[in-house]
Amino acid sequence: MIRKTIAYASLIFFSFLFLAPFYWMISTALKSDAEILQYPPKWIPDVLHWENFGNAWMSQPFNLYLENSLTVTILTTIGQLISSSLVAYGFARFTFKGRDFLFMVVLATMMIPWEVTMIPLYMEFNYLGWINTLKPLIVPSFFGSAFYIFLMRQFILTIPRELDEAARIDGAGSFQIYARIIMPLMMPALILVSVFNILGTWNDYLGPLIFLNDQSQYTLTLGLAQFKGMYEVEATGLMAVTLLISLPPLLLFFLAQRYIVDNSAGVAIK
Amino acid sequence: MTVQPKKLKGRAFLTPYLFILPWILGFLAFTLGPMLFSLVMSFFDWPVVGEVTFVGLDNYINMFTDDPLFWQSLWVTIKFALLFVPLNLFIALFLAMMLNQKVKGSGFFRTVFYLPSVISGVALAMIWAWVYDGEYGIFNYLLSLVGITGPDWLNDTSWALVAMVIASLWGQGSMVLIFLAGLKSIPESLYEAASIDGAGAVQKFFRITLPMVSPTILFNLIMTIISAFQQLSLALLLTGGGPLQSTYFYAMYAYDNAFKYFKMGYASANSWFMFAIILVLTFLVFKTSGKWVYYEGDNRRGGEEA
Repeated sequence: MIRKTIAYASLIFFSFLFLAPFYWMISTALKSDAEILQYPPKWIPDVLHWENFGNAWMSQPFNLYLENSLTVTILTTIGQLISSSLVAYGFARFTFKGRDFLFMVVLATMMIPWEVTMIPLYMEFNYLGWINTLKPLIVPSFFGSAFYIFLMRQFILTIPRELDEAARIDGAGSFQIYARIIMPLMMPALILVSVFNILGTWNDYLGPLIFLNDQSQYTLTLGLAQFKGMYEVEATGLMAVTLLISLPPLLLFFLAQRYIVDNSAGVAIK
Repeated sequence: MTVQPKKLKGRAFLTPYLFILPWILGFLAFTLGPMLFSLVMSFFDWPVVGEVTFVGLDNYINMFTDDPLFWQSLWVTIKFALLFVPLNLFIALFLAMMLNQKVKGSGFFRTVFYLPSVISGVALAMIWAWVYDGEYGIFNYLLSLVGITGPDWLNDTSWALVAMVIASLWGQGSMVLIFLAGLKSIPESLYEAASIDGAGAVQKFFRITLPMVSPTILFNLIMTIISAFQQLSLALLLTGGGPLQSTYFYAMYAYDNAFKYFKMGYASANSWFMFAIILVLTFLVFKTSGKWVYYEGDNRRGGEEA
């Protein structure tokens, strides 16, 4: 009994610590500019100022940033789903010279800190004339990512090979087996990769920071960071935009919670 | 994979390589190529505009002998890691153990702890900047309720780094879930047997829970060390490295050298030194892990093929 009491007490205490900053963001976003200056702080605004959201959003070209963020998020997700699954299928279903070595290299690339490639990548994209376009953020995703390749390969290994062989007897080629048999059966893995990629791309800050200079190309995270840096931005507006930008990932998390929670832990344990 | 692989001929020989071709091309263009190029650059004086000159090891030597910012940023990063890594592991393991007590609403609690890691680092920084605000922030107000007068967190040289540790801990809920999965895989029978032998809660923790969860600790330890040494965006957004460079992280130093001062060769040397630190630390952790990580049945690569 004592053990359960301690467990509940500490879980409730930590939940409060984890939720309080969120609550403070929401509460600030709905206050009047005068209310945020009151001390002791007001937990619940007298009047809910919903217009804060519209005002703050329209004070900057956030619609444009939204468009850029959507473009990058959608295209990279398509890129990852196609390329990572092709590569994963290659590693999972064929025996070929150098396979195990190459797969080790795939895994090893996950440990390289981004600082090491950041500067030459900048110069490479600069040479290609891609700086200040969305290309550096999008194009690499069409070549697959180590983590997603790993994840999808693990999943393909659980699909019985008899299915492939039956299709092969019916005259299907390797690509047809990939497209008609493996891809449809891989739905859970494809959803998980999509969720991870959407969250990662939508939330990315350093990529856009390094590769984009012109405001017309900014993504939402970059726009928000710049918004904060501007002189005399009211906390109400800042928290309103922060909340709006955080809503899509939060919503996605609630929709895909089971996938994320079960799998992010599962992947790590393996 | 005991089935004898078929000998592939002609076109069929190429098929697997065609499937993994996207990754091979991407690896050459976006990973291996840039890495080698960055290594080469680190031996050059390489401004963005102007002449490129070979300087041998000068970049590396200058870093150690002639650059106080290098030592400052390295020290800041080490201090951050020394605070963040143990705290993060301790809190995550503690919360996972509490969740593992078969409490009601554990789904709700898991969601709450994971929630902050879903939002962007920029959003996280915006929220904490406001929470920490010296005049109107809620953090000091809450502290005042228990009789503590908080400092002006982000503008105080001795507290800004601590503030950054706290904000980083907030976004690390995924580790709770990883620990929870590790704890759930411990067979109940072990605890029952220990109870029969008269073991108390403390003994059970040190004799069963800790050894059984040690592989997960190893994984989380390495991930946390890497993330501590790569810390950048939070510092860029929360303090800009200040006040008085008390939160000037090593990654920020490398970033500034590259994109503020355009010393691309020097910044490459900075990056490779960081890579070396991470490799050495990871190696050391692995090397000592034989002493404290317990693998069931000592079959180290056991559950590899899922």
